[in-house]
Amino acid sequence: MAERPANRTQSGPPRPMPGRPGMGRGPMGIGMGAIERAENPKGTLRRLWRYLSAQRAALILTVVLVGFSSALGVVGPYLMGVAIDDNILQNDLPGLMRTALLMLGAYSLAALIHYGEAYVMSGVSQRTVRHLRRDLFDKLQTLPLRYFDTRTHGETMSRLTNDVDTISAVLSMGVTQFISSALTLVMVASTMLALNWRLGLVSLVTLPLMAGLTRFITRYTRRGFREQQATLGALNGVIEETVTGLPVIKSMGREEAAIQQFGVANQAYRAAATFAQTYAGLLGPMSNVIHNTGIAIVAGAGGWLTLAGYATIGTIASFISYARQFGRPLNMMANLYNMLLSALAGAERVFQIMDELPEPEDVPGARSLDHVRGDVAFEEVCFAYTEGVPVLKNVSFHAQPGQTIALVGPTGAGKTTVVNLLTRFYDIDSGSIRIDGVDLRELQMDSLRRELGIVLQDTVLFADTVMENIRYGRLDATDEEVIQAAVLANADHFIRRLPHGYETKLSEQGGNLSQGQRQLLAIARVMLADPGILVLDEATSSIDTRTEQHIQEALLKLMEGRTAFVIAHRLSTIRNADQVLVINDGQIIERGTHQELLDMGGFYHRLYMSQFKVATPEIA
Amino acid sequence: MQLIRRLLPYLRPYWREALIAPFLMLLEVAMDLAQPRLMQHIVDVGIAQLDMGIVLRTGALMIGLALVGMIGGVGNCVLGVRAAQSYGADLREDLYRKIQSLSFGNLDALGTGELVTRLTNDVTQIQEVVMITLRILVRSPLMLVGSLTMMIITSPRLALLLLALVPIVLVGLTIVIKYAHALFTAVQKAIDGINTVVQENLASVRVIKAFVRQNHERKRFAGANEDLTARSIRAERTVALFGPFLMMSLNLGIVGVIWFGGVDVTRGGSQVGQIMASINYLTTTLMSLMMVGMLLTRVSRAQASAERVTEVLDSEPVVVDAPEAVAELSGRGRVALEGVVFSYGSDGEEPVLAGVDLAIEPGQTVAILGATGSGKSTLAHLIPRFYDVKAGRLMVDGLDVREIQQQTLRRQVAIVMQEPFLFSGTIAENLRYGRPEATDEEVILAAKLAQAHDFIMSFPDGYDTLLGQRGVNVSGGQKQRLAIARALVMRPAILILDDSTSSVDVETEALIQGALEEHLKDCTRIVVAQRISTVLNADSIIVLEGARVAAQGTHSELIQSSPIYREIYESQLGNGVVAHG
Repeated sequence: MAERPANRTQSGPPRPMPGRPGMGRGPMGIGMGAIERAENPKGTLRRLWRYLSAQRAALILTVVLVGFSSALGVVGPYLMGVAIDDNILQNDLPGLMRTALLMLGAYSLAALIHYGEAYVMSGVSQRTVRHLRRDLFDKLQTLPLRYFDTRTHGETMSRLTNDVDTISAVLSMGVTQFISSALTLVMVASTMLALNWRLGLVSLVTLPLMAGLTRFITRYTRRGFREQQATLGALNGVIEETVTGLPVIKSMGREEAAIQQFGVANQAYRAAATFAQTYAGLLGPMSNVIHNTGIAIVAGAGGWLTLAGYATIGTIASFISYARQFGRPLNMMANLYNMLLSALAGAERVFQIMDELPEPEDVPGARSLDHVRGDVAFEEVCFAYTEGVPVLKNVSFHAQPGQTIALVGPTGAGKTTVVNLLTRFYDIDSGSIRIDGVDLRELQMDSLRRELGIVLQDTVLFADTVMENIRYGRLDATDEEVIQAAVLANADHFIRRLPHGYETKLSEQGGNLSQGQRQLLAIARVMLADPGILVLDEATSSIDTRTEQHIQEALLKLMEGRTAFVIAHRLSTIRNADQVLVINDGQIIERGTHQELLDMGGFYHRLYMSQFKVATPEIA
Repeated sequence: MQLIRRLLPYLRPYWREALIAPFLMLLEVAMDLAQPRLMQHIVDVGIAQLDMGIVLRTGALMIGLALVGMIGGVGNCVLGVRAAQSYGADLREDLYRKIQSLSFGNLDALGTGELVTRLTNDVTQIQEVVMITLRILVRSPLMLVGSLTMMIITSPRLALLLLALVPIVLVGLTIVIKYAHALFTAVQKAIDGINTVVQENLASVRVIKAFVRQNHERKRFAGANEDLTARSIRAERTVALFGPFLMMSLNLGIVGVIWFGGVDVTRGGSQVGQIMASINYLTTTLMSLMMVGMLLTRVSRAQASAERVTEVLDSEPVVVDAPEAVAELSGRGRVALEGVVFSYGSDGEEPVLAGVDLAIEPGQTVAILGATGSGKSTLAHLIPRFYDVKAGRLMVDGLDVREIQQQTLRRQVAIVMQEPFLFSGTIAENLRYGRPEATDEEVILAAKLAQAHDFIMSFPDGYDTLLGQRGVNVSGGQKQRLAIARALVMRPAILILDDSTSSVDVETEALIQGALEEHLKDCTRIVVAQRISTVLNADSIIVLEGARVAAQGTHSELIQSSPIYREIYESQLGNGVVAHG
């Protein structure tokens, strides 16, 4: 059988995530494959069992059914022996009729029970996988942003799909097959021994042979498959990177280098896969020999025993049939063992996510933030994304209710980090952040975030209608309220020009809208949510002047009467701000109004002049 | 079938393996088929006549033949795997080369994410079918024909039973496959549904957390999850019908053989061994039949993959080198556009550029300004010939770009794109990407000019810092600066910055511009920008509007003469300047 490497690519190219210090559009191989062997198979198996055992009743039923069908599988050949020995050779036609009917009954029952097994087990396995998927997804919802910032989407995606799929495959087929194989083996062996212990013992000779062969081969295949998955992961990494980066490669004329890099990975994979699959493929023909040898031994020994008067021709006929039955479950179990190993590796990756630390829970007695006034204070806040690399150092400021605070400074200075801390996407290392005098950590996280309205530079939309995308801000809003919010956000006019107005379906990532339009939708969304405090990451870099004016107007309306934190790029925002905080290298180095800062003649003055140094003399 | 023929030539280098493998399989099949006959011989002759010699000899023969069969099987496995893996590797390599040769127009049409799937998933699917064909697909029909023949030879009368059974199995198989296909398509849709929810959740994690919508998302996911579970169960249960059905048919046959054969034996027409051999052949025939059916569905599923792969293999690069294209340029960096018309789609579409004339002298700095969709980036992409003009011509150093080899042209023209893409590897490797032979000094100088040196040195490993998942993460602005440095290492005659300082703060941007001004006097610079402060110093500013050049001149000229320029200027800086002045 051809082993299937699991490499369904579920991930799109990594998306850019500007405005955060973590990774952005990273050139990296997506985490597909690299299915290593489970490191703690027993522990993983136990956890997987916990999921399965939720369906204990159905599982027990399956075992019982498998027991019956395996038993019936033994009855068939036995009846065959009876038919030959007692009926045919004795010229007993009515007896033959009885036996034949009995066989027919046994076989029909077996078929029926087989279907019952599959029926029950498909329910068990699918429900188990559903449970697993649900837990995994729920877990994802509780994970802190740090988790998502340090992993590619493809990596997480692959665990939720590829790895869960592998588990599902093993559960839906593996469990019944394993049980039935094991039961069949035991039953066939004991029947043979009961029927004729001498011939039975001889027949079992093939058992250690098969076990030896399986061990011999899996020693190579285990290593081989690990190597195959590793090289496949590397190959997919190269493909992902060089195809996504194709524009750069072409613009620099580096196609040949890319082809070479690919060639190396491709050949490595070919060699590893050939090795692994060759060894895996040997199992079939070689066990076939053992199999046939077994039959020959039974025939030979059976003949000898018959001559000696210890067996009958019918016994031999039955034994040959049993010997054939013997081979299949052995083969099956060898294959299942391989499958199980890869499923355990998948399960381990799934459980890794489940073991991640979730966002901190609300402290007991945490307060709910209901009617926020909007008084925000940072006191001596220190923070680092990675230990030893401080991003904010002793940042303190105080925003009065209704004030607009502009955050200004070079990229990487820590402006976005201020936002990340205010929303508690990350927790501070020392100092305190207070809203209306209450420390953030003593607030219910949900109530805090509900009072914060955030417009990010990079607007994310869902593959749904415009209406639903805006409604995301407040799920119980009526259509009228949604439209009203859109009007306030200056988005109504462009929405109405869309093919189906508010009912227009947006593609994922809102590809059919311009960036400016997407931002207007995000503003409408926040408008609808009606939060007490605003956090805006002004993005203007790729928006043309006219759309920008619409956005500007909408933002001004949004900011009315609310405390607002703005990562400011526009001069007008900065000029109208009540406080301008100039952040550089993780510290607030200057603060005041636009005019005060200009008069100070410091960093801000320089920043400002560098932007306008040519323009100023022109007009002045 | 046509598609299979299209992809068959990739097997040609391995024709020996591909031909011998089935023959070896034939050997294995023949040996397998002989076994029941030998068994029959043991029972009917050896044991019936109580001749131990025959029993032992025949038993030995059985083992011997099994060993011969093993040689066939192992050989088939070794050769089949080698041929199939090599086939896959070659196909992948060819596909990859093809993709590397495609132009930007092709990439827009195919989509890079799609291409990744085709290179990975689709090729694997096809490769597997080749493997199956060489290893199993040959076996099953051979077994089918062989066991059928053997059954007829063993007992023509009992073989008649197959006449009744085979059609039943065939009909059952067809029905199940048909239903299964529809059901599994439905399952696949449900999987897509789940993937969409998860993908959206990963992309929108901030929004979801900010709006506290975790429960809403859980509900959405639960719906998709429920849907998938229900469909999977239905599909699995339908397919599960087939196993017992086949068993039933098979056992019906066995009982039939026992009954009719038994009656025949009592009349002296047959022998017991014949019955046993017949049962064996009957089993093999029906099993093979099922295998063939199942494998055919595999092949038909791979058909879709073959289609997707051939689509790429058959797409022709839109931009190709002319046969007599020039391989060398004087390298002064003159750029001229004469009546350039361009549109991304077919000719009927509204053009993005509708007759643009432009002359850029060597060493000049030209800025291109305009609203989104005015064609700024498009114009920039035409110079390194990412796309071909629809009408008019674009000249570099006095030559039409279509008369210059792409490699040559692109070594002269360095473009830094809006979204910087860096490769995994060290910073130094990334900076050397365009010119691997650049010295350390050149790399460091480029980094200094792009204002990247300081932050690079702030990393513990400096230029050897690894970028990417396992390495240091750099911010958007830092990435843009690295991309600029990478372009500078190439020492281009023409440098195009396509809105490539959008995430860099204004002060740093000014430093970069100053450094380029000072060190790259000979280099023609074309700067596409949204921010007006970016363009103020340019020798010439071009304002695009409505697919045409609306105005051109220096800042002081345009502020007087161009209302559009004045509008852009005032919306960005206007009031601030008055307030300051």
